[in-house]
Amino acid sequence: MLAINSVNTYRIPQKFEYYKPRDLREALELLNSIEDAKIVAGGTDLVVDLKYRRVVPKALIDVSELSELRFIRTDSNYIEIGSAVTMQELVESEIVKKSLPLLVEAVESIGSWQIRNLATIGGNICNASPAADSVPPLLTYDAELELASLNGPRMVSIEKFFTGPKKTVLERREILRSIKVPLSQQKFGWSYAKIGRTSFDLAKVSVAVLLRAEDGIVSEVRIALGSVAPTPVRARNTEKSITGLSLEKATVRASELVVSEIAPIDDVRSTAWYRSRVAKILVRDAIWKAYERFLQAGDK
Amino acid sequence: MKIKFRLNGVVTEVEVEPHETLLNVLRDKLKVKSVKYGCGVGECGSCTVLLNGKPVTSCLVLAAKVDGYEVVTPDYIAQTHVGKIIIDAMLEEGAIQCGYCTPGFLTTIYAAITKGIRNIEDVKRALIGNICRCTGYINILRAVKKILSETK
Repeated sequence: MLAINSVNTYRIPQKFEYYKPRDLREALELLNSIEDAKIVAGGTDLVVDLKYRRVVPKALIDVSELSELRFIRTDSNYIEIGSAVTMQELVESEIVKKSLPLLVEAVESIGSWQIRNLATIGGNICNASPAADSVPPLLTYDAELELASLNGPRMVSIEKFFTGPKKTVLERREILRSIKVPLSQQKFGWSYAKIGRTSFDLAKVSVAVLLRAEDGIVSEVRIALGSVAPTPVRARNTEKSITGLSLEKATVRASELVVSEIAPIDDVRSTAWYRSRVAKILVRDAIWKAYERFLQAGDK
Repeated sequence: MKIKFRLNGVVTEVEVEPHETLLNVLRDKLKVKSVKYGCGVGECGSCTVLLNGKPVTSCLVLAAKVDGYEVVTPDYIAQTHVGKIIIDAMLEEGAIQCGYCTPGFLTTIYAAITKGIRNIEDVKRALIGNICRCTGYINILRAVKKILSETK
């Protein structure tokens, strides 16, 4: 990351075309006909990249107002979120608050009010930052992504979507249309734990946990981490190993095991050494917090 | 391309380039100087405006997108009833030092108050995206408390 004042960030120092298609089909057609077109929604990452010339697109296709990408709906099995729903709309949605509290907790920690009013859930996913706050929760919820193209839609599980930092399986002519999350009949406790320089900053380490327990024994747990590997990761071995253990043992064991499932690096925000140590602590804390919430949910 | 939007209630038409931001167009073409350029990358909140009633950093909004939208800027907010209460409280509490971040704070506080946010902790959270580099936060928060008590 460049220091903020090493570049004049007042203007975007490059030219490109701009399109605001009326529907998804037109957006896909534009994407097909223009080489080097980029999709823009909130622009909170893209406009910064344009200012620093990290990307040099021929055209931008603005999908932020497409009604086909701007909805939240639910039936008894799924909740589906359009990719152009803003982060603020997400955290204010009663349906999402009720069904996906872990996602809401994570998204509330993103940037500022101003940024959440622009940034979209689809943008957060497609930019594929290892630090994307919405992703660890969506990993634990086993979310599926619907990718639209002129050849028709295809579904990809979010766990298979990311291939590296800033890299995904999204093809050049595809647009993420929606995020589908299967609704569980079971009640889970949840927790999103994150360490950053400030809450405003990107995470150095983040951990998302969903948990159910019976008589103090972990009966089901899902753990995902951000910023500690080239992509956000599900800690499946840790999940498996601590299921059936008492909460006391599970937290200790998870702390020991989680390090083997991550591959942190040194960068401007933190070091691999620090990230490993913090991941151990955050996993422990997040499991306890999720357990507390699980018990509270049971009381109601 | 030509865009048409409501600027502080007035239908405004202006010729813009795709690479211009809302901040560029407001300051350079429409001469709205109450909107300040701070960091230019959405981190400081100096350029905050209301876009369809919601606070956003105008340095990250492409002007072309704003076609059909409603934009409200700090100079307009300063003339409103709530805006005046905010400004008076900020003056009385010394919640202004160099003053550069003030229009952004005014806009976000206005958005929070008019949205019905009544709790000091919630206003604090709403203000995470506004940075005062003189670090005059204590006075700003004192002003917010005053504003909350005066806008019941």
